[in-house]
Amino acid sequence: MDLPPVLRSEKGAIETIRKGVRKRNRSQIFLQILGIGAISFAFLMLAILLLSLTSTGYKAFVQTYLTLDVYVDPAEVSEEQLPRGGFDDVIEAALLQYFPEAGEDRATRRALGGLPSNGAQFILRDKVAADPSRIGETIRISVPVSDPYDQLNKGLIDRETPEQRRRVDNREVAWFDALKEEGLIRTKLNWGLITRPDSRFPELAGLKGALIGSFWALLVCFVISFPLGIGAAIYLEEFAPKNRVSDLIEVNINNLAAVPSVVFGLLALAVFLGWFGMPRSAPLVGGMTLSLMTMPTIIIATRAALKAVPPSIREAALGVGASKHQVVFGHVLPLAFPGILTGTIIGLAQALGETAPLLLIGMNAFITSAPATPLDASTALPTQIFIWADSPERGFVSRTSAAILVLLSFLIVMNGLAIFLRNKFERKW
Amino acid sequence: MALTAFTVLFAVSIAGYLWNRRAASVLREGGARLHSLSGFHGLYSFLTAAIPAVVVVLFWLILQGPIIDWLVMSGLPAGTLDGLSKGARQLTLAEIKSIAGGRIFGTPEPWKLEAAERLNSLRQVGSVLMVIVAAALSGLLVLLARQKVSDIFRARHKVERTLSGLMIFCATVAIFVTFGIVASLLFETVRFFERVPVGEFLFGLNWEPQIPLREDQVAAEGAFGWIPVILGTIVITILALLLSIPVGLMSAIYLNEFAPKRVRAVAKPILEILAGVPTVVYGFFAILVVAPALRSFGASLGIPVSPNTAMAAGGVMGIMLIPFISSFAEDALSAVPQSLREGSLGLGSTRAEMVTKVLFPAAIPGIVGGILLAVSRAIGETMIVVMAAGLIAKLTVNPLESVTTVTVQIVTLLIGDTSFDNPKTLAAFALGMMLFLVTLVINIFAIRIVRKYREIYD
Amino acid sequence: MVTDSSSTQPIRETARPVHQERTKISTHEVDVFYGAAQAIRKVSIDLYEKAVTAFIGPSGCGKSTFLRCLNRMNDTIDVARVEGTILLDGQDIYDPKVDPVQLRARVGMVFQKPNPFPKSIYDNIAYGPRIHGLATRKSDFDDIVEWSLRKAAIWDEVKDRLDQPGTGLSGGQQQRLCIARALAVQPEVLLMDEPCSALDPIATAKVEELIAEMKMEYTIVIVTHNMQQAGRVADRTAFFYLGDLIEYETTAKLFMNPREEQTEAYISGRFG
Repeated sequence: MDLPPVLRSEKGAIETIRKGVRKRNRSQIFLQILGIGAISFAFLMLAILLLSLTSTGYKAFVQTYLTLDVYVDPAEVSEEQLPRGGFDDVIEAALLQYFPEAGEDRATRRALGGLPSNGAQFILRDKVAADPSRIGETIRISVPVSDPYDQLNKGLIDRETPEQRRRVDNREVAWFDALKEEGLIRTKLNWGLITRPDSRFPELAGLKGALIGSFWALLVCFVISFPLGIGAAIYLEEFAPKNRVSDLIEVNINNLAAVPSVVFGLLALAVFLGWFGMPRSAPLVGGMTLSLMTMPTIIIATRAALKAVPPSIREAALGVGASKHQVVFGHVLPLAFPGILTGTIIGLAQALGETAPLLLIGMNAFITSAPATPLDASTALPTQIFIWADSPERGFVSRTSAAILVLLSFLIVMNGLAIFLRNKFERKW
Repeated sequence: MALTAFTVLFAVSIAGYLWNRRAASVLREGGARLHSLSGFHGLYSFLTAAIPAVVVVLFWLILQGPIIDWLVMSGLPAGTLDGLSKGARQLTLAEIKSIAGGRIFGTPEPWKLEAAERLNSLRQVGSVLMVIVAAALSGLLVLLARQKVSDIFRARHKVERTLSGLMIFCATVAIFVTFGIVASLLFETVRFFERVPVGEFLFGLNWEPQIPLREDQVAAEGAFGWIPVILGTIVITILALLLSIPVGLMSAIYLNEFAPKRVRAVAKPILEILAGVPTVVYGFFAILVVAPALRSFGASLGIPVSPNTAMAAGGVMGIMLIPFISSFAEDALSAVPQSLREGSLGLGSTRAEMVTKVLFPAAIPGIVGGILLAVSRAIGETMIVVMAAGLIAKLTVNPLESVTTVTVQIVTLLIGDTSFDNPKTLAAFALGMMLFLVTLVINIFAIRIVRKYREIYD
Repeated sequence: MVTDSSSTQPIRETARPVHQERTKISTHEVDVFYGAAQAIRKVSIDLYEKAVTAFIGPSGCGKSTFLRCLNRMNDTIDVARVEGTILLDGQDIYDPKVDPVQLRARVGMVFQKPNPFPKSIYDNIAYGPRIHGLATRKSDFDDIVEWSLRKAAIWDEVKDRLDQPGTGLSGGQQQRLCIARALAVQPEVLLMDEPCSALDPIATAKVEELIAEMKMEYTIVIVTHNMQQAGRVADRTAFFYLGDLIEYETTAKLFMNPREEQTEAYISGRFG
């Protein structure tokens, strides 16, 4: 058989191949560069994301405080009328000691009174209410300054911008600088971020309500989805006959894992709130909704963990006369448990970040007290982030970033725990 | 109260467990040969008592509220509710409830105060009754279970059958959930279509759901044509895919076929971090960084860019989908058998030729399945678009303009107080129905493809 | 040159006189490591042109590993490391100047399990010439495909369904398709790694027949765990044991009159 004409050259095919090799290697390098470029793009985006969050968010972890000696004037605050009283007036009076000239007209006095946070009067009120004998004394209080001054102190307001376009005018800047000169302005770690509930004023707003709300919701979610998910997974993996029904269930579960989360919100709104009449904004309902989404994740993870237990273990136990149930619950399940736990934690971490379904059941309400029970109206961490991101005040931008950093650190801890469990208990069969 | 009821019934059931186990042990010590281990006799008692009692308490909790409401409303003095619409009645009930909760505004009529008192006493009676019923029922069942302990009683079989039943119940919950989704969406959608013709919804080119809430309010009539909304969804989805497919595929190819081990070990967890970031964070990223950046970039070129440009939402969604697509593509590539790689390399192909001419075509079905799942994700993604896309439905495909999406409309229509009797609220459910159907079809298709693909190389 | 594949007493001297042969591949003290474990120890062997050499030995003896060094397929395994020299026509193939792509075009390989690409029969054959740029016109590709399939003795079976997937063929046909695919890039050496281990006896016979025909033009190295097969197709046989080359002789001599005790024990079936 003769060679085809195209291959009949003097030097043979190898010469043609040699000529092409350099070009082919170049296109290989090109492909690799594309790949490295793609990966770097993804990393760059992650880096920008984290950098922008930390650069805007870290400033919310500290707070500017004003230390004031306030004379609790019995003329303004009387013991009989507690907790009502002119606490804002006495604070204003305390400030006027430093700037007597501001007291001349009402508007200027008002402006000066706006230097400490609106919440300052409540802090003072609580102190006085706790010990009414202090009426008539001078009390030293440390209160957050209101948001514009906080921004000014953190350098977020540029002093060079023309006065008309600045949120604090020259007079206010002068006041602030004078107080700072006196050593009354301090920057402290902002524990309020996690110990205070939400507020309309950025300097007072905290995550307490959202953290507790998320805690209740996750607890409910775990209590419902964990047993249901494991039960379903054990049945499907170990007991279910391979027929149309179990196939249908399987397709169903796979599909549920991919249904858009907002649809679960619609379900919760129509069924839990509409038909069952459960309370709006309650972490209980939020947890129930999240459990519907977490369950498929737990089922899939549990099945994978059960599958990883080698059949020899089952055969050995069956061989000594154990019943199928005894084998599964006594031998297979304990061996699969680390894997199940890992999957559950990852599922709960996803649930912690889930926002859309919680919006639909009203967990984005403005609530200024932390929930005492899972039936009280509350927000959750991600919905709180959404609320703050939607707020027009400048001060909420850094609060939002800080809240996101808090959420991300929870997620990192949970995922880290999952990875730790996986590595610690991973078995090679 | 619910907690008390559960505590009581579990305590009784656990007592039943101990009691039956003890009884069985006594029989055994007496020389009898029992069919089942004493532990199973105990478990039999526990399950017999706990399951029915839990079911009863759960139903009680669900039904108590509506029944008490009905009792209070029907117990109001005759004539007070005459001529009131359904909404007004609900308002009255809500007022009574808030009075009962101790939040009194102004001076309510005496009959309302009376009703509130009645409500509170009914609630108290109901809760106490629930605890009593739970205790009595579980106690009775424990007694019954105790009677069964004997040497021939097959406690193990009973326990195992009950456990199987419980597990089957767990497995069917998934079906119930799907059923619940379909039922709730369908129910409200049908009510929507009673007010708005199907044809107008499916083919209408205008989406202006801001209709008057009260009769006397002056506002636009409201239009419910979903075409501009779905068009906006498609625009954003396409933008997201244009970014995520090439980047995701290229990184998968690089990580799977070229990257040195150490690079892989670092890169994969980082991609997983990207995948684990909640979407609300991406949404904030879009409004904080991406949208302003695009806007100033556009301005530097002299192109006007809307502050809610579809590019920002689509781009950030694309970033979110990169790890999703890359992990599916990696799975698909590594499922291609080693022998095909060797076959290609053995013929003298470069690695790049092996990847592009053999592995990639062989992995296409798996990759397509993953991309379809990504499409369904993009269509259903909510938070990024709620935060970064627009609210007004515009019939445009210009990515620099602001468009709205199905999920944005669902959320904005339902956020805040909602009542189930105006087309605005119901429209959200109709959109939800369409969203569910579209993603369902894509998902089932995708899951099938991925499954089939796995079978080929298994 | 005829090989009687059904014969039960297959051992015989080849027709070709030994002194005319030229060395095609020559190795000197080759070591192969997988991580810390040594898979091959100081193997030195000369493989002759236009002849069939068989590597035999119990499984795990390193014969496949050694075969994969000859076209640098071990490069594709991260942990594998090769030391020593391997010369192809006097040139060191592990020289950094040698591109493995060119090398593998000269030294083709057929694998244990038939591995046709999930493409049409035509595209399977055209794959090699296409990536190497051996042809550009459709008619040239047609010629190459027909020539290769004829060479691999499978043309008559598949000529009517060239556009159908190669994975749809039977196991034996798939393996001959893979041989045709390797021939299409005009190799000088053909490495065969247990090419018949996944095939039934009839398909095996066809492949063996093909090997006998191909050795007129190609240098063939075949790894096999089947001693009868080595006896039927090989001019020379090398016996590997635990990473060492124990004995290398003409097939007839090795089987009739082994020098080493281990060889004798193996071929007489006492282990392996």
